[in-house]
Amino acid sequence: MKGRRWPAALGVALGVLGILYLAQRLLVPKYQTGVVEGSMVAEYYRERVDHDLIFIGDCEVYENFSPVTLWEDYGISSYIRGSAQQLPWQSYYLLEDTLRHETPKVVVYNVQALRFSRPQSEAYNRMTIDGMRWGPAKVRCILASMTEDEHFIEYLFPLLRYHDRWGELTGDDVEHLFAKDPVTHAGYYMRADVKPQTGFPAPQALADYTFGDMPMDYLGRMADLCREKGVELILIKAPIEYPYWYDQWDGQAAAFAAEQGLTYLNLIPLRQEIGLDMTRDTYDAGLHLNVRGAEKLAAWFGGWLLERIDLPDRRGEPAYDAVWEEKTALYDAMKQQQYAEIEQYGELVTFGANAVEG
Amino acid sequence: MLFTSYAFVGFLALTLTAYYLVPGRWQWPLLLAASYGFYWAASPWYLLFILVTTASAYGVSLKLADLSGEQRAYLAAHKDLTREEKRAYRAGIKKRKWAWLLACLFLNIGILSVSKYTNFVIRSFNALTGRGLGPVDMIVPMGISFYTFQTVGYVIDVYRDRQPVQRDFFKLALFVSFFPQLVQGPISRYGQLSQTLFTPHKFAEKAFSFGLMRILWGYFKKVVLADRLLPAVTALTGDGTYAGAYVLAAMLLYAFELYCDFTGGIDIAIGVGEAMGIRMPENFDLPYFSKNITEYWKRWHITMGTWFTDYIFYPVSVCRPMLRLSKWSREHLGQAVGKRVTVYLASFIVWLTTGIWHGAAWNFVVWGLANWAVIMVSQELAPLYERFHRRFALRGKAPYEAFQVVRTVLLVSAIRMFDCYRDVPLTFAMLKSLFTRFDPRVFTDGSLLGLGLDGADWLVLTLGLAVVLAVSLYKLKRGGIREALYEKPPAVFYGAMGALLVCTVVFGAYGAGYDVTRFIYDRF
Repeated sequence: MKGRRWPAALGVALGVLGILYLAQRLLVPKYQTGVVEGSMVAEYYRERVDHDLIFIGDCEVYENFSPVTLWEDYGISSYIRGSAQQLPWQSYYLLEDTLRHETPKVVVYNVQALRFSRPQSEAYNRMTIDGMRWGPAKVRCILASMTEDEHFIEYLFPLLRYHDRWGELTGDDVEHLFAKDPVTHAGYYMRADVKPQTGFPAPQALADYTFGDMPMDYLGRMADLCREKGVELILIKAPIEYPYWYDQWDGQAAAFAAEQGLTYLNLIPLRQEIGLDMTRDTYDAGLHLNVRGAEKLAAWFGGWLLERIDLPDRRGEPAYDAVWEEKTALYDAMKQQQYAEIEQYGELVTFGANAVEG
Repeated sequence: MLFTSYAFVGFLALTLTAYYLVPGRWQWPLLLAASYGFYWAASPWYLLFILVTTASAYGVSLKLADLSGEQRAYLAAHKDLTREEKRAYRAGIKKRKWAWLLACLFLNIGILSVSKYTNFVIRSFNALTGRGLGPVDMIVPMGISFYTFQTVGYVIDVYRDRQPVQRDFFKLALFVSFFPQLVQGPISRYGQLSQTLFTPHKFAEKAFSFGLMRILWGYFKKVVLADRLLPAVTALTGDGTYAGAYVLAAMLLYAFELYCDFTGGIDIAIGVGEAMGIRMPENFDLPYFSKNITEYWKRWHITMGTWFTDYIFYPVSVCRPMLRLSKWSREHLGQAVGKRVTVYLASFIVWLTTGIWHGAAWNFVVWGLANWAVIMVSQELAPLYERFHRRFALRGKAPYEAFQVVRTVLLVSAIRMFDCYRDVPLTFAMLKSLFTRFDPRVFTDGSLLGLGLDGADWLVLTLGLAVVLAVSLYKLKRGGIREALYEKPPAVFYGAMGALLVCTVVFGAYGAGYDVTRFIYDRF
């Protein structure tokens, strides 16, 4: 190439890279309104203090436990590394990723997702994985999670996946081009509305109740990793009846815990003790708890936990107080905002999956 | 490995990088390895087919060359032979060469026919006899029609002593399997391609960037336009629901889809060659600016057209039975009719073959014969056109030429509908509905928005096709646009490449939510 053409070629190449970078920033979903679950995993990296308790799992943790209540009632600094339809191998790699940043005293894993034996949905994969920071854990998580039609390169360059969103861009995409607002409260997704539980379809008999090799393998790896790092792993099943949690599944989870010397707690039979009233404590007819239910569950669970494990009360520690004061204020403000919307409109308008941009 | 797959883009980047990093003498072996790797990625079984074709072409072409050499040596050593003795000797050699050629053709055309047409024969047999023979699970190697025709062309050229034989098996293997043209052509001639295929190439900025620009242009046409049009064309031609004016929409949309798909693929193939300093023949010459169907077929899929002309039309026209038929028809039917018989018959065979080559279905047979019929009628009407043109002096006037162009596009698009609909009767029914159920409101009342494309899609398509039209018009009036851009400041040239890349990445119809679409001509 003649000398004088190089600078132009290089300049254009850099310009094109810049344009593609901006296009990627613009076109990647922001998950700020409506379906906000895609923002959850990335939000963890904003945390300014360590946590003594980490929840890992799907909506059965990020919609059912209120870390603010754990803080207010017990001074427990906790965080929920949750995401929609988080599969066991994703939970493992999120745990691996978390333990690179901090070493909590307890990790609580919700076992509901053990029923999934293979990668499920590209959309859910993206919501869990896109937010992870690049590192060996993310690479392995992608490789373990990809469905048949997915390509690794589309995780590497998300523009290749989301390029066709130009027809559906909204104000959120422009407003949050470079910075996003938090959508959770230490990983908790708040809903204040109420839709009573009325009943669920009868459970269907399955041909085989055995958990698959892949989820059990990753559950074993979670146990090993926690042991290696000196972290107590507790397995729970959230107090949600549907999707149905079969006795056979429960037996396998309990057997695994016994074999590994872990604690397994099925919260479904304990709903009365917890004080859950599923006519008032759920926002979607029993599939998930609302904030009232999540606070009840967190209050009960914090007490249960402290009876067994010595977790420090961080209240009074300036660094923690500063952070949690901020979180609590935001939490209370959003709760009030949601109650106000419910009172005004009879339903949530700027929150929830069908929310419109505020 | 589709041209539009990430794997191919990665493969191409690695191959191009390696091509300019290895010493020049290793460039063509590298390409051979890359080509076989490319084919292996499609299916390891395919390698078996291409190896058989290569080995048979290699062995037979060597034998043919040896026989020609033997003939030359014998005649040089026996200069005292009489003319009759020389003729007799030549006839003997020719007979032996013919036998070898025939064996090679039989094997390779046989493989092509069996793999591609067995199920077509079974279906036709069932339809004719009412039997229910089941289909056979045949392996149809990717691009078999293209590499078979290219290889057969080489062997015939050696047979005709028009092409020196290639005595290096691996070089011949590269000619047969050269990956950019393996999938959908162009169908190269050995004499032409070998001039640049095996020679070392140093990195040349101009050739490399021209190649890259052409690759990007190909991707733009394929991914942004052709694949975005696909849902609408599929919906329109699905089951005969969309009749009347929708058929006109289908004709036009499919015309653009096929053009962008096929020329896009060829641009990628030729661009890859250009980026490596390898010249492949052009396959298109602005076909939609043709003023009649004969001209159109000289400008569309040029390498296939010339292949059929050189290796089927001419040999059939001058073969002994045809000469006898010509003589008989002139004697019994008169000069005017007699001289047409052989041309018509040879053309008929060419178009029948062309149709069958395009697909193992009666749709394609009828499509080929429809083209033949229109071309023959056009030829017969030529004197009438001449008289019309002399009387009204319209020739050379822009509006009339535009009319001719539009007429030709509509004509070839209507014939091409046999390629789209499920079967021949449905195609005829839909074409008929153009005249019986035509309601032009579908173009204005938003009906076209219900074809899997929304307003934004149509906007991209309109702008994209406008760019394609502008580039085509520029080429028509002034020549290649790349040369013109290259003469501008470098930032303009590279900026155009950058714009193509950005537009293709952002506006391309690929990835999740889109079906991965093969190139339409892959299936041939």
